[in-house]
Amino acid sequence: MVGIVVVSHSPELAAAAVRLAAEMLHGSTVALAVAAGTVDGATGTDAARIAAAIREVASGDGVLVVTDLGSAVLSSELALELLADSGGVEDEIRLSTGPFVEGLLAAAVTASTGAALDRVAGQADSALEPKRRLLGGAAT
Amino acid sequence: MADDVTLGQLRAWVEGFQVLVAAHRGYLTDLDAAIGDADHGTNLDRGLTAVVTALRESPPGAVDELAKTVAMTLISTVGGASGPLYGTFFLRFATAAGPVTTLDVEALALALRAGVDGVVARGHAEPEDKTMVDALSPAITAFETAAADGAASACRAAVAAAEAGRDATTPLVARKGRASYLGERSAGHLDPGAASSALLVRALADAVAGA
Repeated sequence: MVGIVVVSHSPELAAAAVRLAAEMLHGSTVALAVAAGTVDGATGTDAARIAAAIREVASGDGVLVVTDLGSAVLSSELALELLADSGGVEDEIRLSTGPFVEGLLAAAVTASTGAALDRVAGQADSALEPKRRLLGGAAT
Repeated sequence: MADDVTLGQLRAWVEGFQVLVAAHRGYLTDLDAAIGDADHGTNLDRGLTAVVTALRESPPGAVDELAKTVAMTLISTVGGASGPLYGTFFLRFATAAGPVTTLDVEALALALRAGVDGVVARGHAEPEDKTMVDALSPAITAFETAAADGAASACRAAVAAAEAGRDATTPLVARKGRASYLGERSAGHLDPGAASSALLVRALADAVAGA
């Protein structure tokens, strides 16, 4: 199963987003780990925690990393470098370009069906489409 | 070689950076309040205070160990974008420097260059994006140019270049980071990342000069 890592500046925001996603899963399970906040509980992201979370959910089928604000992306990219320096993981790891909340929901639901990484990542990337359609904007 | 920079001086660099950032914490945070989320001084001070504690608890025996401890501590404690950016600087510095206890001026130039290149790559930043790179890139270039005159001269040249680069960020429109959301409104303010980067370079010059 594709693993999902939730990277947020805020532990509360991450926990709430994970709870929302869990409500969509109706009891099916997803390999999901959260890396949110700094080591001393401040707002921010921590590349070492992200690397540990990736290791935790990597089972050979790939890992999708879902991030919130800009520096969460920097920390996630640094996490990939830290993993590579420490021997790496077998899994392909992808950083999602999708939105944080909608992307996480789409990724979790898709991963729970046993879909491959391409599909999980694709669903997260296009997770704003329903909102765009609803509001009449052009779907890109 | 008399001109070699020692492990002790490099540790003094990092500790001096902490002292400078602590002294300028309000200034950095005020700069960040103008165009960002008002946490740069606080975040960096918290991270560097943790660094100084980590170095005291397990004194590093080599330059790469020193820089790696600095990197991993900043990565886990700073929180904002400056955590992964300064973390990457010190990680790349560690790899380039290696397990040695002194660096001659050429080796120091290579390690600094590796660090700055790491910041550029990590932040996807170009010159004049109004970031740390605007202070660090001219600083390393000036250091390399003056390296033949010795580490102390190279550091002095780097400080002048870093501070000029920092000051030149004021009219720029931010193209990276939280400030980029402000667009044109980011012009007219000094970039906080460039300001803290200039302190990093000044701390190196002070440590190398033995000040």
